[in-house]
Amino acid sequence: MPEAPLLRLEVEVFLYHEAALLDDWRLDEWLALFTPDCAYVVPTTDLPEGDPAHDAVFIDDNYERLQGRVTRLKSRHAHREYPSSRTRHLVTNVRVLQASEAEVEAAAAFVVYRIRSGQVAPYIGHYRYKLARVDGGFRIRYKRATLDLETLREHGAVSIIL
Amino acid sequence: MGGMHLSELIRDEPERGLFRVHRSSMTSREIFQLEQERIFSRSWLYLAHDSELRQAGEYRRKTMAGRPVFIVRGRDGRVRAFMNTCTHRGALVCRQDQGAAETFQCFYHGWTFNNQGELVGIPDQSGYSECFDRVERGLTPVPRLESYRGMWFVSFQPDIDDLVTYLGDLRECIDLTVDSAELLGGWEVVPGNAKYTIRANWKLLVENSLDGYHLPTVHHTYIDYMDRRLEAAGSSRLLENQRIGHSSNGVSYARGHGGFLHFSAGRTIANSSPLWSPEAQAEVADIRRRLIERYGQDRGTEMADRSRHLIIFPNLLFQDSHTGMRFRQVWPVAPDAVEVLQTDLVPRDESAELRAYRLEWSRAFLGPGGLATPDDVEALESCQAGFGALESEWSDVSRGMSREPQANDELQMRGFWREWQHQLGGRAFGSEVGDQVPQALHA
Repeated sequence: MPEAPLLRLEVEVFLYHEAALLDDWRLDEWLALFTPDCAYVVPTTDLPEGDPAHDAVFIDDNYERLQGRVTRLKSRHAHREYPSSRTRHLVTNVRVLQASEAEVEAAAAFVVYRIRSGQVAPYIGHYRYKLARVDGGFRIRYKRATLDLETLREHGAVSIIL
Repeated sequence: MGGMHLSELIRDEPERGLFRVHRSSMTSREIFQLEQERIFSRSWLYLAHDSELRQAGEYRRKTMAGRPVFIVRGRDGRVRAFMNTCTHRGALVCRQDQGAAETFQCFYHGWTFNNQGELVGIPDQSGYSECFDRVERGLTPVPRLESYRGMWFVSFQPDIDDLVTYLGDLRECIDLTVDSAELLGGWEVVPGNAKYTIRANWKLLVENSLDGYHLPTVHHTYIDYMDRRLEAAGSSRLLENQRIGHSSNGVSYARGHGGFLHFSAGRTIANSSPLWSPEAQAEVADIRRRLIERYGQDRGTEMADRSRHLIIFPNLLFQDSHTGMRFRQVWPVAPDAVEVLQTDLVPRDESAELRAYRLEWSRAFLGPGGLATPDDVEALESCQAGFGALESEWSDVSRGMSREPQANDELQMRGFWREWQHQLGGRAFGSEVGDQVPQALHA
């Protein structure tokens, strides 16, 4: 893959926008970034290569389940997130892995801090995205957040969106 | 808690239908220490499932009651469990959580043990005297290792009752679940464990896992999500499907084992959900028919229709429900912290479609990324924080004490607590670590 700084910049702009929506808890707008055939996957910490087809994973959402997750997180009955935690999504080391006219595949590193109830818990890991080109912009077809953590020792759950 | 006796930690008044637990039992460092000595060092503790140890050399590593151990299937086909420490100077010999190995070499000085625990290699052995016995320097086996229906348990108490006696009548419930998958090749562990820590006392998680009462309140958003899907499919709502309040009961057996049972739709073995495809529903109906054919109407129906949420005292939660089949291991690490190790099991020969439904429904509820478990974590941490209000000393566990116990009553928790107190003993102890604690406690 030859260096393509402009494409990388375009991806970065999109990922930073996504991160800002999450940190602002603008979850409906965030959901609107996804294609109808999307997947959002978070494998378990002990099996980073986990495949939802045959392994246990933390999260394997299609659009319907992602919608359910957003509805939940907006509810005052989502006790782990009501009141909402403060989060900060730091996205870095962005690389474009593959690009066609229809889709761009990209990787990035992340640290997502969750701050609540006197605790600061960093989720450390890396993303893999498949971004579909739709109406001159990107839509997320695939987002995988793989944690580098050994266990969720500080976190207790993955109650926020990574 | 100054001067309080262990026997005073529980106020058990069956004649008045009242049961209360003193909250120091979930905050005191002394009690935490006593639990390690008297409960975790003297019970049968689950370590691994047969399906994780199929091939010679396959091993699983764990810390149990503070002790590093590992279990391995030897070249001779036998399963053994060892204390994970080199008999030379102590370094860990098994250094990964799972894998397969013919030998375990200590990296410190290179002593090498085979997968039967024998010391087979010592660099420069001429340095040792004639009295040095290689056989004696083999890995130290755990004091007791036994299995029941594919589940391997360890005990550090050499003279503990055998595992079958220990499990007692709870075996009837365990057998229902184990037998139910025999038609489909038996249960096997799915790769991918959930490992997470809750800032709460371990007994809160035991209670929570045996608690049918909290579902509508704590799990509002999960129930709402399922109801929206069920209603879209023209079906009745989730709690009507699950019937926690009726066609259900709590059970409590000797030695603190127990649980709650309830009618449950959406079990791939074998009670369909209207959300599944017609083909999948037909397949589940067929599994159900075969279960009844093989085990009879009563037992077959019981296997298929009812969910079982069990505690194998002290720390293994055995769950077979519409959210799948799972072992949840509960490991206390401090009075206010518990490590959870959650493993899902699946029937080996289940069809890909049913497997997908099973895993989807497990994820939707259970585990750190589910729509339900994070709220349990919040509830438990909230209880632990509430225990800081020292002037409110007691928790109430009385529910259902004066009626035939339903699944959303608390009989199963009282059974657990009574055994907990029995194991701990009723002797006095003081409020300071090392102060007023009778020597006998350390025996």
